Amino acid sequence: MRGATRAKWAVCAIAVALAAAACGGGGGGTESSGVVSASWGDPQNPLEPANTNEVQGGKVMEMLFRGLKRYNPKTGAAENVIADRIETKDSQHFTVTLKGGWNFSNGQPVTAKSFVDAWNYGALLTNKQKNASFFQYIDGFDKVHPASGTPTAKTLSGLAVKDDKTFTVTLNQKFSSWPDTLGYAAFMPLPKAFFTDHAAYLKKPIGDGPYTIESYTKGSVMKMRKWDGYKGPDAARNDGIDLRVYTDNNTSYTDLQAGNLDLVDDIPAAQLKNVKRDLGNRYINQPAGIIQTLTFPMYDNNWGGTGKAKLRQGISMAINRDQITKEIFQKTRTPATDWTSPVLGEKGGYQAGVCGAACEYDPKEAKKLIQEGGGLPGGKMALAYNADTGSHKDWIDAICNSINNTLGTDSACVGAPVGTFADFRNKIAAKQMTGPFRAGWQMDYPLIQNFLQPLYYTNAASNDGKFSNAEFDRLVNEANAQTSTHEGVAKFQEAEKILAQQMPAIPLWYQNGSAGYSPRLSNVALNPFSVPVFNEIKVQ
Amino acid sequence: MGRYVIRRLLQMIPVFIGSTFLIFFMVYALGDPVAALFGDRAPDPATAARIRADLYLDQPLYKQYLHYMGQIFQGNFGTAFNGQSVTELMKDAFPVTVRLTLVAIVIEMIVGIVLGVFSGLRRGRSVDTSVLLLTLIVVSIPTFVSGYVLQFLFGVQWGWAAPTVSPEAPLNELLLPGLVLALVSLAYVTRLTRTSLAENARADYVRTAVAKGLPRRRVITRHLLRNSLIPVVTFIGTDIGALMGGAIVTERIFNIHGVGFQLYQGILRQNSPTVVGFVTILVLVFLIANLLVDLLYAVLDPRIRYA
Repeated sequence: MRGATRAKWAVCAIAVALAAAACGGGGGGTESSGVVSASWGDPQNPLEPANTNEVQGGKVMEMLFRGLKRYNPKTGAAENVIADRIETKDSQHFTVTLKGGWNFSNGQPVTAKSFVDAWNYGALLTNKQKNASFFQYIDGFDKVHPASGTPTAKTLSGLAVKDDKTFTVTLNQKFSSWPDTLGYAAFMPLPKAFFTDHAAYLKKPIGDGPYTIESYTKGSVMKMRKWDGYKGPDAARNDGIDLRVYTDNNTSYTDLQAGNLDLVDDIPAAQLKNVKRDLGNRYINQPAGIIQTLTFPMYDNNWGGTGKAKLRQGISMAINRDQITKEIFQKTRTPATDWTSPVLGEKGGYQAGVCGAACEYDPKEAKKLIQEGGGLPGGKMALAYNADTGSHKDWIDAICNSINNTLGTDSACVGAPVGTFADFRNKIAAKQMTGPFRAGWQMDYPLIQNFLQPLYYTNAASNDGKFSNAEFDRLVNEANAQTSTHEGVAKFQEAEKILAQQMPAIPLWYQNGSAGYSPRLSNVALNPFSVPVFNEIKVQ
Repeated sequence: MGRYVIRRLLQMIPVFIGSTFLIFFMVYALGDPVAALFGDRAPDPATAARIRADLYLDQPLYKQYLHYMGQIFQGNFGTAFNGQSVTELMKDAFPVTVRLTLVAIVIEMIVGIVLGVFSGLRRGRSVDTSVLLLTLIVVSIPTFVSGYVLQFLFGVQWGWAAPTVSPEAPLNELLLPGLVLALVSLAYVTRLTRTSLAENARADYVRTAVAKGLPRRRVITRHLLRNSLIPVVTFIGTDIGALMGGAIVTERIFNIHGVGFQLYQGILRQNSPTVVGFVTILVLVFLIANLLVDLLYAVLDPRIRYA
């Protein structure tokens, strides 16, 4: 038995050694300096302004670049940054004048050419930039970016450099709020280095914002440091930001709890119940410019035929938004009563209650309206969603429950999962939807135009349900032609009333942005795009 | 021996082609990934068409596959959607995963074999029963449960270890993830060693050795253990491939940027060059590990000869 006893000791020794070594692994945590570590996701596309269309790459753009305008992190209003003034007489011809004294972090000054070259690059089809469509209102876009075939021009004819500080823009239609779209990442200026050595630029992008990139290890960490040469009004109030890539938001949350990470901007759904207890007032839950809808395939006669508006309204009234946002989303969503978002503010065009009674839960009236609208096609409906990302199944099932309860059956409404997001998008694009489907819209810029025109204007790029209404189109055109913002917004709101009558998409809820941070940080807030305002964060 | 090795290496060729084609086909069957690159916005058709042409996605499946294989033999594994070449991703990811796998294998071998010997020699006693019960529990707990629980206990509750691994992934930070990764295999190794040992303990040659008056330690180490470890070595050998591929869950929990991370990202974004490239390498690792195990057999057991 001596051997066995020895073995027992060996086991104990190994166990102790393992535990001891594990203790040694506790390093690598938060640094004591003024650098903030924040959770990040691997950006999907190369880090070019006109190629960044999702929030993870957007975080870097927000820190690395400043453009003509910037959206106020609190109010969402578009404010001049590099632009001194943008003037127009007819809402179609604009003259942009820049402020002096702005430089890229490599010392090159920001001039009119920096903008014009960057926009020409972004629009040119052969550069395959995912935000190319943002330049579609500039004259000559159809030449550099034809719907098929090869481009016949290399530059946009609507852009002309006058001198170092001035350039003019000609649009191909009247668009009064166009200057307010210029805060979007696609419109950022680019230094010469971008064009001369593109590969090196992608390894370590150069911008004109409050931070510079110290090092970038793709797929794991980007270290951004405060740029001391930054002359803008919003210099960083911390020494830098370390963006660390996480694939699992549960893991980043655990890291925050363990004091290994300072800032998390994606609280896992499973933790929403505990987050208040865990973090107290270090948990942020505030509205973001995101609205979720159920969109109807208007090309399908069962849903879009004449007299079906009542059916669509009835379904909307059968959904108990209050209960679902409370029980399933733990109040990280707010029941929607219009087709825009509260982040626009009253002045920007948000108006509570445009949807009226049609967005209030009223089972009796809902049942009546559905019957008047001819009932569900074949007595059944399937709500389509993608099953791979987000936990859409939970709320889709809840909506179906709500509708089934209203109709007094338990099989009228079912969820119809589609395997992947790409497949889901392909089916929508191919007009293969046979029932209502989930749709989410994250605004590009805080304008009412951005919530209505791309989604419901006839043949607009993101008009997934193929809704078409002559009156709506006319009002949108009129709104764009208005020279005063105030009147333009009023026209858009008129157009929105048509959505309330026609209900081509059921507004479900406005999505909030959520974040949590460590006790070291203060002055943490999210902007209307649910991205943390990094430059304002203070470290104790 | 030499002919045997050559034959085995030749056999790898059809396995390699078959498995890459299957993986390629499966990723392809998921559908067109380009639409997802544009998020909730409908892609602008001209740009989407350009990207498709660029990625060879506008060609029929067989052409895509032939093109891909042609590229592989020139050492080009394609490009991920974020513009990085897959070989570059591999250079970052494989060292990390190999280190994690080594940690797991070492833990699995030492703890597993020691526990196995320990309970195999005391078959039927309370120690043996408790080891059996313990391994049963370990086998029945899925990796993601043990991973999250241990991470929470060690990382948050007691603060003994960092809950996640830093990008450089040094060995000491890999101990906890390595343990989690090894747990299930560790239980199998324990049980395998125990059974094999218990069986051989009654074999004639052990009885002879004992009758010759050899010291007990020598009987156990030289005669009993050496023969009993043959099935265990097989298991550990094949486990290398399984651990490297199976690290996908563990790597996600502990935020390790290795093969599992890249595979997960690749599958989520339907990026076939990433997925096929990484799996191809894993297939090769698996095949070679198997070959090595078979060759090791002959070393451990002289009765086995390869003509």
